[in-house]
Amino acid sequence: MDPAPEIAYLDYAASTPVRPEALTAMLPLFVETFGNPSGGHAVARAAKTALESARESIAADLGAEPGEVIFTAGGTEADNLAVVGAARAARALGFGDHIVVSAFEHKAVLASAARLTAEGFRVSEAPITPGGIVDVEALGGLVDARTVLVSVMAVNNEVGTVQPLADVARIIGAQAPQARFHTDAVQAAAWVDVASLAGDADLISVSAHKLGGPKGTGALVVRGGVPIVPLIEGGGQERGMRAGTSNVAGAVGFAAALHATVATRVATTARVTGLRDRLVAGLREIPGTWLNGDPAVKVAGNVHVGIPGIEAEALLVLLDRAGVCAAAGSSCSSGATEPSHVLAAMGLDRTDALASIRLSLGFASVPTDVDRVLEVLPAAVRQLRGAVGVSR
Amino acid sequence: MSGGVDSSVAAALLVEQGHDVTGVTLKLWGGESDSGCCSVSDVEDARRVAAQLDIPHYVFDYTEAFDARVVDPYVAAYRVGKTPNPCVECNRHIKFGLLLDRADALGCDVLATGHHARRVRDGSGRVQLERAADAAKDQSYVLAMLTAPQLERVRFPVGELTKTDVRAHAARLGLRTAAKPDSQDVCFITRAGRGQFLSDRIPVRAGAIVDGTGAHLGTHDGIAHFTIGQRRGLGVSTGERRFVVDIDASSGTVTVGRPADLLRREVALSECTFVHESPTPDADLGVQVRAHGHVAAGHLTRSGSGATIAFTEPQPRVAPGQLVALYDGATVVGSAVVAA
Repeated sequence: MDPAPEIAYLDYAASTPVRPEALTAMLPLFVETFGNPSGGHAVARAAKTALESARESIAADLGAEPGEVIFTAGGTEADNLAVVGAARAARALGFGDHIVVSAFEHKAVLASAARLTAEGFRVSEAPITPGGIVDVEALGGLVDARTVLVSVMAVNNEVGTVQPLADVARIIGAQAPQARFHTDAVQAAAWVDVASLAGDADLISVSAHKLGGPKGTGALVVRGGVPIVPLIEGGGQERGMRAGTSNVAGAVGFAAALHATVATRVATTARVTGLRDRLVAGLREIPGTWLNGDPAVKVAGNVHVGIPGIEAEALLVLLDRAGVCAAAGSSCSSGATEPSHVLAAMGLDRTDALASIRLSLGFASVPTDVDRVLEVLPAAVRQLRGAVGVSR
Repeated sequence: MSGGVDSSVAAALLVEQGHDVTGVTLKLWGGESDSGCCSVSDVEDARRVAAQLDIPHYVFDYTEAFDARVVDPYVAAYRVGKTPNPCVECNRHIKFGLLLDRADALGCDVLATGHHARRVRDGSGRVQLERAADAAKDQSYVLAMLTAPQLERVRFPVGELTKTDVRAHAARLGLRTAAKPDSQDVCFITRAGRGQFLSDRIPVRAGAIVDGTGAHLGTHDGIAHFTIGQRRGLGVSTGERRFVVDIDASSGTVTVGRPADLLRREVALSECTFVHESPTPDADLGVQVRAHGHVAAGHLTRSGSGATIAFTEPQPRVAPGQLVALYDGATVVGSAVVAA
């Protein structure tokens, strides 16, 4: 076997390395300030202080009050809690039995919607434009007097398009003022100011490991007064909305990573935009390529490219063997690449969807990552396009 | 790499031989299964073995092709009273079709699987497919449709070993799959059984069960539950052993009879393939009609893409749709499908 190639990591939308600031902040929590923050002694108090400091920091960086930040074990749990928890609570209060989600939400939201369907809710899916933007007018036609929740993500996880959340909020306010507005901001927080983009949302999901924090940590912002039925019950932590001993180290790492993200956002965005533009220009030289997602509204780190005449599944193998980490579709627990419901919602046909890959950049991307892709990918495409079947 | 012991050892042997090996697990069936969504535990076994061998491992999603090329034809065949062999069609279209093509596109020299069969060179240097070293585990039957150009590009490392050897290798290497039981059944049929799988997909249409004279013996709730030669589950009692001797899909009539009623001197074949095109336009061959069935002597006469086998001794009738593997001694000559 060839010596292991140097890795060019272009899968930041899947996960990121832990930022040095986050790692440094977390380490004392494992061995020194390890107490259970619910306890009453000195070690517990120190942990409680660390947890609440982290909550205050995250709240400030998201434009929320500390009391509105509920820690969860990641973005999926935050989405589940928001969608299922808010819908169940609203129905119990007699507010209605209908929810609206955009058709290209993350599976964490779509699976919650499916659960609610099984519980007797009506679920409507708002369509997506070919550019990867929720059709706000169509969404307005879906809400009604029984709508209790609308969920539209802030930035799509596959194609990186920023969604017009202010327009969504305005439509909800005009046509279904009783409905709560949830946004999955898991992909957004690394790139955009959540406080301003999602300022009108009642519920906001975020995740630490998409922006340099540890896996297994996320949060749901629950604006004051929004009723939520908890999914995990027990000792009453997180104001009764999420039981279980707090992941103090995770919360502290999340806070440090988010703060570093916010503090360096302008510079990171400018730098990554430069890398992204060079990557896109290079990919454009491969005949026939197209970009998925309206470039005018994409976050800096997302490149989603379609390459006619190749199968993404095969291209990813060649890239991986050359040390380039990229992705396509969304991953199933088996590791197989499933056809993307996001690209389908944008109207791509199957062949085009299966010929598309995502190359996502992040805060630690370097120019040699782009060099490596542009060295490896065109050759891999030529190889796959030149292949003739041998089976018969 | 299915997650079973044979493909695990096949990969391990190739690594030991110094090859640059890439492990691949196929996701084939997206529907209901006994082992959970996408058979995650089997994929995980394959992934762990690949990690142990320090080789890259990928999961390829062929669920759509598997539906179109294996499952849909399987259901369609039962609908018209045929008895298909889905493992053969999976080998033909998926493993040694799409996957072999992809292996080539990825720059791989050969595709290796954990099948028990031997790929050898004969005296004149031609590639040949032979029965496995372990006769009880021989899988050359389900590979009989492979032709020389495909055989040039495939390897069956465990075909040279007995199953006991395979398990010993796995144990020696500490592979987690060493003691895993062999898989037995069609991968997409759950414990609920073939009848349930088919009746979920084929409109149930009751029909008559008759004897050779046309006398009415009873009724059944769909021909999909029957296959030529079947004895159990006929639901009629005549005082002696009865077998399904004919299925008329157009009328939905199942005819039962005595063992002697099943015997045939000839079987008509379609979709013939030959490992090498040149030899044996007409030949005396060994004929095997089931994965682990006996070998009958017969004479092959070709006509166009079809052929006829004349058996030396009359043989029980074979269901239309079944694969026939043709042998010259231990060497596979070709394959065909029993015509309707």
